[in-house]
Amino acid sequence: MKLYDLPDARGHFGPYGGTFVAETLIAALDNLRENYLRLKDDPAFQQELAYELAHYVGRPSPIYFARRITEKAGGAQIFLKREDLNHTGAHKVNSTVGMAMVARHMGKKRVIAETGAGQHGVASATVAARYGMECVVYMGAEDVKRQAQNVYRMKLLGATVVPVESGSRTLKDALNEAMRDWVTNIQDTFYIIGTVAGPHPYPMMVRDFNAIVGKECVVQMPEMCGRQPDAVLACVGGGSNAMGIFHPYIPHESVRLIGVEAGGEGINTGRHSASLSAGTPGVLHGNRTYLLQDENGQIIETHSISAGLDYPGVGPEHAWLKDTGRAEYVSVTDEEALQAFHDLCRMEGIIPALESSHALAHAMKMAADMRPDQILLVNLSGRGDKDMATVAAHMGMVV
Amino acid sequence: MSRIASTFAHLAQAGRKALIPFFTAGDPDPASAVPMMHALVRGGADILELGVPFSDPMADGPVIQRSSERALVHGTSLTQVIGMARDFRKTDNTTPVVLMGYANPIERMGYETFATAAQQAGIDGVLVVDYPPEECEDLVACLRAHQIDAIFLLSPTSTDARVQAVGRLASGYVYYVSLRGVTGAGHIDTNEVATQVARIRHHVSVPVGVGFGIRDGATARAISAVADAIVVGSRVVLEIEAGGAVDGAARIEVVMQEFRSAMDSGTAH
Repeated sequence: MKLYDLPDARGHFGPYGGTFVAETLIAALDNLRENYLRLKDDPAFQQELAYELAHYVGRPSPIYFARRITEKAGGAQIFLKREDLNHTGAHKVNSTVGMAMVARHMGKKRVIAETGAGQHGVASATVAARYGMECVVYMGAEDVKRQAQNVYRMKLLGATVVPVESGSRTLKDALNEAMRDWVTNIQDTFYIIGTVAGPHPYPMMVRDFNAIVGKECVVQMPEMCGRQPDAVLACVGGGSNAMGIFHPYIPHESVRLIGVEAGGEGINTGRHSASLSAGTPGVLHGNRTYLLQDENGQIIETHSISAGLDYPGVGPEHAWLKDTGRAEYVSVTDEEALQAFHDLCRMEGIIPALESSHALAHAMKMAADMRPDQILLVNLSGRGDKDMATVAAHMGMVV
Repeated sequence: MSRIASTFAHLAQAGRKALIPFFTAGDPDPASAVPMMHALVRGGADILELGVPFSDPMADGPVIQRSSERALVHGTSLTQVIGMARDFRKTDNTTPVVLMGYANPIERMGYETFATAAQQAGIDGVLVVDYPPEECEDLVACLRAHQIDAIFLLSPTSTDARVQAVGRLASGYVYYVSLRGVTGAGHIDTNEVATQVARIRHHVSVPVGVGFGIRDGATARAISAVADAIVVGSRVVLEIEAGGAVDGAARIEVVMQEFRSAMDSGTAH
């Protein structure tokens, strides 16, 4: 494979990505891009970031050999990259710390974020508290109802949570509303986008901050197993944890990259969030990528048991990795993800996020058809404390 | 000469400025759209901006978001909106019609199919909110081949280099968004607009329209004194929201009369 150096100067990954926003946002995005590109190569900034990641986030996260899960799957060895052990409980904090630091260097005193399940909102509220910034989190009114605990966590951390009543009242509408806030308050406000989507430079910047995950794995796997894995798996909603672990592995051609989307009730039912598996290219939220849309180009409502995967688009770099064949994308259903969730709880004593359970479910499926000397590395992108109510409800219980 | 160019030429001869209302096609229902277009023209509109509803109107404030949602309840599609323009053309062959909306419905339809259908329907211009000039060279080429004007937004934060880039691509007119923020926001500063319009005219040869924040006759008069056209969106949409299918058309006709007389009295001084 030739040297991988995307996106290009205008944020394109092949035909995907770009800057599809109204003229009113262009100057702010140009300003952000210039600042980010400068800070990215600034040793002092990188040193400051490394310190925060070590002492505030708790990096590096370990890799864990899931022996009993491996035995159950009955084939390849399954290793877990433990992003669930990060401060705030997921990979999201890698990029919120990074972006809050960029915001500080740009002199912004106010940060805004969109959130679905609330994990990115919590991670944003956390870093805002850490750096003494005002924080406003936009959250679909439906999600505010479903995720009362995370709403309260954000409030405890000093953030203002704004319920969004427009459209389908979910994550995509929260993103629309955050963009509207940003364009209105551009002078003092930094927008912390929660995934590798949005207009350039966000897909690149969020990927770069999350790439710490893959960079650690590239070092840790040979130390632990003597070599790199045969495949790396990660769940894909917007795709930030997946891009984070995939990106450093792109030049390692022998390592398969497998993104696992939310198949919901099954792709054939239409109730899912699998943009790459079942979508078509289009333009939403500032970039060109695969979307779940109707025949008229309207964005359709998505479904997944895991709120973090419940998004009708996907980061543009995934769209490019799919088209070029460098990464493969599959989907698993709500039921399969729940089974993997329970397996990991009962057999390894680890309660995973429902999002990450999708990646684990596919790894267990794949492993069964592989040899015991083969190795799968799963990004366990978050922990499942936030999912207690959802899982209990599925089992007919109230907690 | 295109309908848009000849409209501006006639207005310039008469010493008048263009009044450009916007409303979302299909709000409150698809059957209302064509009668509303005619009502706007009767009230004094010179060019019509017909909004194509989209599920995720990221650059719009609550007023236009709600109108989009009302139109989408009826499944109003880009194909239908083009059909509305075609129906309007049956009895009005002079008033320019500009489609304004978001990229994805056009991406979905395909540029060539879209441009062909739009030309056949007598559509004169297209403004895609989330296509800045650097992302839509292919569409602009396609529109040109079909004699349709590509209309672009400019904002207070557009650098001179960007204004120049837009000047090279734009035809018909350019639309200066006079406020930071989304549609329907805040109050407009006439002096600031005058300075910005002068800056834009330095780089752009087509007429300059100004929108965002024009909500009554007084602002319309003040802004039309310094620009070639004013664009009125949220105010029109609010009237449609209040009047619905029964009174919407009558109410927007009255609003056009109010703006028209304010603007014409302003330029007479």
